[in-house]
Amino acid sequence: MNNIIKRYIPQILAILFVVLIFGFLTLNAQTNMDNRGIDFGFGFLSQESSFDVQFSLIEYSGSDSYARAFLVGLLNTLLVSFISIIICTILGVIIGVARLSSNYLIKNSAAWYVEFFRNIPLLLQIFFWYYAALRALPMPEKANAWFGVTYMTVKGYYIPAMVWENLNIFLYCGLAAIIAIFILRNYANKLRDTQGKQIPVLLYSVGLLIVLPLLSFLFGGVSLEFEIPELKKLSKISYIYEGGISLPPELIALVLALSLYTSTFVAECVRAGIEGVSKGQKEAAASVGLTPNQVLKLVIMPQALRIIIPPTTNQYLNLTKNSSLAAAIAYPDLVLVFAGTALMQTGKAIEIVSITMLTYLTISLTIAAIMNWYNKKIEIKEK
Amino acid sequence: MFKIIKQLTSIVAMFAVLFAFSNETMAAKKSKTLENTKKRGFVRCGVSQGLPGFSNADESGNWTGIDVDVCRAVAAATLGDATKVKFTPLSAKERFTALTSGEIDILSRNTTWTLSRDADIGLTFVGVNFYDGQGFMVRKGSGIASTSEFKNGTSVCTNLGITTELNMRDFFDSKGISYEPVVFEKADEVVAAYDAGRCDTYTTDKSGLAAQRTKLSAPDDHVVLPETISKEPLGPVVRQGDSVWEDIVRWSLNTMIEAEEYGVNSSNADMMKTSNNPAIKRLVGAEGELGAAFGLDNDWNLRIIKQVGNYGESYKRNIADTGILPDRGPNELWTKGGILYVPPAR
Repeated sequence: MNNIIKRYIPQILAILFVVLIFGFLTLNAQTNMDNRGIDFGFGFLSQESSFDVQFSLIEYSGSDSYARAFLVGLLNTLLVSFISIIICTILGVIIGVARLSSNYLIKNSAAWYVEFFRNIPLLLQIFFWYYAALRALPMPEKANAWFGVTYMTVKGYYIPAMVWENLNIFLYCGLAAIIAIFILRNYANKLRDTQGKQIPVLLYSVGLLIVLPLLSFLFGGVSLEFEIPELKKLSKISYIYEGGISLPPELIALVLALSLYTSTFVAECVRAGIEGVSKGQKEAAASVGLTPNQVLKLVIMPQALRIIIPPTTNQYLNLTKNSSLAAAIAYPDLVLVFAGTALMQTGKAIEIVSITMLTYLTISLTIAAIMNWYNKKIEIKEK
Repeated sequence: MFKIIKQLTSIVAMFAVLFAFSNETMAAKKSKTLENTKKRGFVRCGVSQGLPGFSNADESGNWTGIDVDVCRAVAAATLGDATKVKFTPLSAKERFTALTSGEIDILSRNTTWTLSRDADIGLTFVGVNFYDGQGFMVRKGSGIASTSEFKNGTSVCTNLGITTELNMRDFFDSKGISYEPVVFEKADEVVAAYDAGRCDTYTTDKSGLAAQRTKLSAPDDHVVLPETISKEPLGPVVRQGDSVWEDIVRWSLNTMIEAEEYGVNSSNADMMKTSNNPAIKRLVGAEGELGAAFGLDNDWNLRIIKQVGNYGESYKRNIADTGILPDRGPNELWTKGGILYVPPAR
């Protein structure tokens, strides 16, 4: 009994303290808002937003609600974070491994890259990529075609749009291929464990991924056409490309800046991870007759990943939060659209800022949860 | 004995009631904001982050502009010194929060007076110190002479948090033109992007366009289109709930405008004390007790005119002489063909 009290009293007190502080803050905000004639409420979310957004992944116009504007901003934030996380991971792994190379030139270039990009403030890099790119890129009418059909211009990168027929059948085939690969992998593992036989799983997987969707074109009635952007005149000196998809320069600059900056930190995580695996492991693996590839795949990487994942998770979280700097260069992310324009139009500062904070918290916690799950999966499982 | 005590208490109680009552009427005339301002010794004024002609700081941190002059006028009226102002540069996004949270006492930052702002968010607009309207700037070489020549796909640069975003949408929607809004947080970034060719046109209030044009690499290559797509009455804002402070700011602005109407300016204000026109005499504090209504002395308006000048002087100094908008347009007095008209100070 005495023990229970000793254990729980401090915790209950701590919770009470937190609740009291929050209660006080809420009450204080409420009285102050009452005094100033500001009313609190989320009713505005269903009102018509009456403003347009430059770039949106979903159908949106000014006659939609603020809630939909929020969704537009959220999706744009997720888009830029997702692309940047993928690019920064690929770049980070390459640079991280390059730093450990025995080749003097590769090793030092990688080191210079890391030192350069991680030591310049991110906002400056965003401005640099945006304004440098804007200054350097040609006007639409002077742009040369890249790969014949894409145009990199000051107004954006224009690429052909894909016009699908029976897209859903194609997607189902892709899904079927993925499921088939999982089944194959399980079967291969079982075969290896019980009979010691090896199947080239990777080769089969690639084959499945190519063949199944290809079949949908031949027999499923799926067809794909490309809509190629074409130059259109707006005024005597101003042109634009019509048709196709336009990736705004804001998005490109932001992805460049975020992924180059964060890749330096990921590279350091990767380097630390690989260097953290003791030499003895490699030598022991080689001495039992594994090939160098197998050594890397089966011995070094599984151990290195355990060291790499937790700090890399931090970098992904940082990248997502840093994407809110988008507002500086007019990329319509959550902060610009919702905590910017919507806040201005409605004046609901407390509501909007708290929704925005909660949203970032949710995104970050989700990323952390996924990475923790992955980390658990690759942890040493002691029996 | 007991009776006397009873009588005495009732007399005391009566006085107490009387006293309490008179105290309350006194309190009604008192302004908490004014008291705090006097205690602090300076007026806290929210301005823009740099808009030439309206509120702009030079290298040594001196603020000038017609929005700045409104705050200076209030400082002259309440504290007796037009220089006793602390300016807080605010982005469009921060401005209302800064005012409602009590960080500043006047927001004089080219802010458009609209119904929803006035009614919704704990703000009160006190008047109009500049009649503006939203317009478009384009490159001269484009050959575009009117907004009706915009085509589908026009990219439009503007900055965040002003009625411009709504007006722009109303305008393009009503014309059935699709457009690409490129919205920046700060005006300087809009200028840089428009200058680099990111956008075909730049839209904001016409006064803003005129001011920002001077920041472009080749100002003469750009032209502001004649059409005005919205009404933008810009004026100072105060917090809701302090009606005396609201009146002080309103009548400080009105004094400047009325002084111009009666030809009273910073150099002749003292001489006007002996004028034959009672309206002029009231304007320079030589007749009537106008200041008492807000708890100020009688020279409050004279100080505004002497230290800051009348509206015409302020406009000339900040907007006309700097080449931003030499033509006063609607911001001329009603007696001279404009729409500047204020209630009489009497």
